[in-house]
Amino acid sequence: MRIAVVQYPGSNADFDALHAARDVLGADAFYVFHKERELGDAEAVIVPGGFSYGDYLRPGAIAGFSPITPALKRFAERGGPVLGICNGFQILTELGLLPGALTRNAHLRFECRPVHVRVEARGVFTGGIPEGTVLRLPIAHADGRYQCDDATLATLQDRVAFRYCDAEGHPATAGAVDERGLPLNPNGSRDAIAGLYNEGRNVCGLMPHPERAAEAILGSADGLHLFTSLRDQIGRTA
Amino acid sequence: MTIPAPFPGDPVVTPELAPELGLSDAEYARAEEALGRTPTFTEAGVIGVMWSEHCSYKSSRVHLARLPTTGPQVVQGPGENAGAVDIGDGFCAVFKMESHNHPSFIEPYQGAATGVGGILRDVFTMGARPGASLNSLRFGRPDHPKTPRLLKGVVAGIGGYGNCIGVPTVGGEVQFDPSYDGNILVNAFTVGIAESDGLFFGRADGVGNPVIYVGARTGRDGIHGATMASAEFGEETDSKLPTVQVGDPFMEKLLLECCLEIFATGCLEGIQDMGAAGLTSSSVEMAARAGNGIELHLDAVPRRTKRLTPYEMLLSESQERMLMVAKAGREQEVLDACAKWDLEAAVVGRVTDTRRFVCTATPGHDPLDPESAGPAPVVVADLPIDLLADDAPKYDRPQTEPAADAPAMESAPAASPEAEDLGAALLALVGSPNIGSRRWIWRQYDHVVRDGTLFGPEQADAAVIRVFCEREGEATREKALALSVDCNGRHVQLDPFHGAAMAVAECARNVACSGARPLGTTDCLNFGNPEVPETMWRFARAIDGLAAACSALDVPIVSGNVSLYNETDGRPILPTPTVAVVGVLDDPEDRVALAFRAAGDTIAHLGLPSAGALGGSEWLTQQEGRVSGPALAIDLDAEKALQACLHALAKAHVLTSAHDVSDGGLGACLAESCIAGGQGATVRVPAGPASLTARLFAEEPTRVVVSFSPERGDAVRAVAEAHGVPFEVLGQVGGSELVLDDAVRVSVDALAAHHAGALDDIVGDE
Repeated sequence: MRIAVVQYPGSNADFDALHAARDVLGADAFYVFHKERELGDAEAVIVPGGFSYGDYLRPGAIAGFSPITPALKRFAERGGPVLGICNGFQILTELGLLPGALTRNAHLRFECRPVHVRVEARGVFTGGIPEGTVLRLPIAHADGRYQCDDATLATLQDRVAFRYCDAEGHPATAGAVDERGLPLNPNGSRDAIAGLYNEGRNVCGLMPHPERAAEAILGSADGLHLFTSLRDQIGRTA
Repeated sequence: MTIPAPFPGDPVVTPELAPELGLSDAEYARAEEALGRTPTFTEAGVIGVMWSEHCSYKSSRVHLARLPTTGPQVVQGPGENAGAVDIGDGFCAVFKMESHNHPSFIEPYQGAATGVGGILRDVFTMGARPGASLNSLRFGRPDHPKTPRLLKGVVAGIGGYGNCIGVPTVGGEVQFDPSYDGNILVNAFTVGIAESDGLFFGRADGVGNPVIYVGARTGRDGIHGATMASAEFGEETDSKLPTVQVGDPFMEKLLLECCLEIFATGCLEGIQDMGAAGLTSSSVEMAARAGNGIELHLDAVPRRTKRLTPYEMLLSESQERMLMVAKAGREQEVLDACAKWDLEAAVVGRVTDTRRFVCTATPGHDPLDPESAGPAPVVVADLPIDLLADDAPKYDRPQTEPAADAPAMESAPAASPEAEDLGAALLALVGSPNIGSRRWIWRQYDHVVRDGTLFGPEQADAAVIRVFCEREGEATREKALALSVDCNGRHVQLDPFHGAAMAVAECARNVACSGARPLGTTDCLNFGNPEVPETMWRFARAIDGLAAACSALDVPIVSGNVSLYNETDGRPILPTPTVAVVGVLDDPEDRVALAFRAAGDTIAHLGLPSAGALGGSEWLTQQEGRVSGPALAIDLDAEKALQACLHALAKAHVLTSAHDVSDGGLGACLAESCIAGGQGATVRVPAGPASLTARLFAEEPTRVVVSFSPERGDAVRAVAEAHGVPFEVLGQVGGSELVLDDAVRVSVDALAAHHAGALDDIVGDE
């Protein structure tokens, strides 16, 4: 399986994505620099975390003007699997490939810690994970608060891929905290949305980092499920 | 040699200008005498920064020479941008720690951020990809009106820079003490990985080679920052704002990736980052190390501000800039890589054989102003390299042992006090700012980027990272490093020799507790005004303590930095010789956490028995409202045996946890292991002459609490005996309470809640 990892100048989880896809999953993963105009013969694309072009204007905003962007959009619009992680999720919303926006965390600080998310909607990155499965994944972001208007939210409910929850999968209701006293919804996201799909279920964005939790040695291998789901899905359609 | 002409518009140089340039009258006279003429304003500025304490180490060099810096594991010792130790298979860990104290007090966000940026550059300049960062912070008393703003700003600045560039901040330490009310400390550490035979050095080798400027454009920010950092503060620190630099981590990310690509081409002779004293110190130091001269054409310097003078260009501390010396004819390879990463690059000079620092500029010429024109370039500075580097002033300043009756040296009451309610005392201690959880801080640091964090903050005594060692044509090797940073200035205040030795010992012990073999040390020596003989005495004694401990524990010093004049209005900080130790794990699976994990596990004490000596302890300081003795002492032979024992236990995979007894004593140590694992414990505190309170809260060194499954008990005891380390079973893990003798019974939930909220009074609720 050929997986492209888009490399913006300020990407910093590009290695993490490459490592998880190549060294852990065993896929043929490679970088595509932002100045390229083609994705090669990629069967799936990861838009990794980081600070794309510095993110001084707004996270992911400048990525819309990137030379690689038209190829990325074409790939997504033709149904190619695209996973946007953290800054990648922000970029996908900026490109209009996913609805809504990610704004500054409710407490206005960068937040890095493990959280729990519940797997909900089916799609190319969750097809192999039983619905309701709880994953333990790290977050590391300053702008992860998912926002959208009421009308958009109404169309989203069956496309929410991941929702913040407690260790048993109970939803992160307003004000709920974990056993350490930390909010289950770490950034104030609307409806505790941690990740979602586009209508075609081929484009997925999420704020937590599955690629940083794909090996037991890192404290959790739960994130590997997204990569194995992708592999199984591509295997079926190939 | 040309006699440089004054640059149009520059002030006239007279001896009265010396203080503004950071020079004493004697130093100014010495410069004039060496030159045989009056320096130009540009030259005087260059001499001022190169002779600043920050660049010249003029008060510390005579003492630093006593530090042990060699050993079979040392790949690169002090004197380069960073030091390096061998981690096996031809790879080395490149690391250094640096202070950014003065800028962080003036402008906490940018001061701390650029401190991180500077230390990252020091490491990747050596050819190493940064793998992780730590930091050591000191703030004034928790209820000082400035403390919340400074803490929030510094933490946001460290996070803002490290998170963006994508180097995980995996650990650190923080202490609050009134001595830092007017002078906080921000010490930043970074470690990176490189091939041992592929390191790059700050050397301007090869006469005729081009000198290339890479990175951010030059502005007026940070001019005379090095001089500012070499003076003490008065009340009007706001007026020093223009000396603080502004960081751009995205620019540094480009610079990092670009430099690593350039290194791989093999086209470079040498490289150095433009840190303190910017273009001046980078070019002068590179020339000095190579025994060459250097010539700079300032007209070619990329700039973002109009009408920059030579003085300003040479002294600017604009961030994210590198100076490279390429092999002649291969400059295009540098320029191509810079174009790929959208970085500014310009050939600004060449290496000469004159051993002189020569700068030219065209009066009236400004590349940013198309209207500007000027006659031919003129020489604006022409100085001997040696005068600026090796022949800079060096002082053996007077030392006086502080009077024994100074308040800090007073002994506590001879009879050790007993807390009225020991359970309540333990809860209060665990929830106090110096002992409690730092999670409000480290949650703001990305500590998991790069998929290598095996133990992040508060998981083990040291942070443990996995690094990927890559060499062309070979499979990637995964190695694991342990990192720890420490210093308790109170113990150094009471006895600089033993206090400094204890800092090294604790750091190395932390590394050993996590399962690694300590390899080397970097230091950041934060002290007050060296012209005060008592401060100088403490500095010299602390150096001797560091030297003794680094020798005994075989962790030579490979890099470091000295920060003096840390005082405001004559009130010095606690002497704070911060050290960081790097170790390597033979196998990542050898790592040992600090949490009590399994009910039924045995808890045991390894190391020297406690006499309940409370001197310098957090508990006593809280009781007395000041640091008081008697001072503690360390037995380095016993320490070495303990650390060897810990390493052997880790390799044998017989431990569930290991946690050293340090700040807050045995009580805090047990509570932290309970909190981390969500497990209770029942413990019999070792008997002794002192009160139970003293035995619980004393901070005597060379002690570790371990836990292990009962069937491993004989194996653990055998390893301890083989190393000659005292071993005593204390109790058992289990239940929901921490029970100490018949005196203390507190729930782990209550301990955890107090621990978690330790910084709430400073930063507000979560």
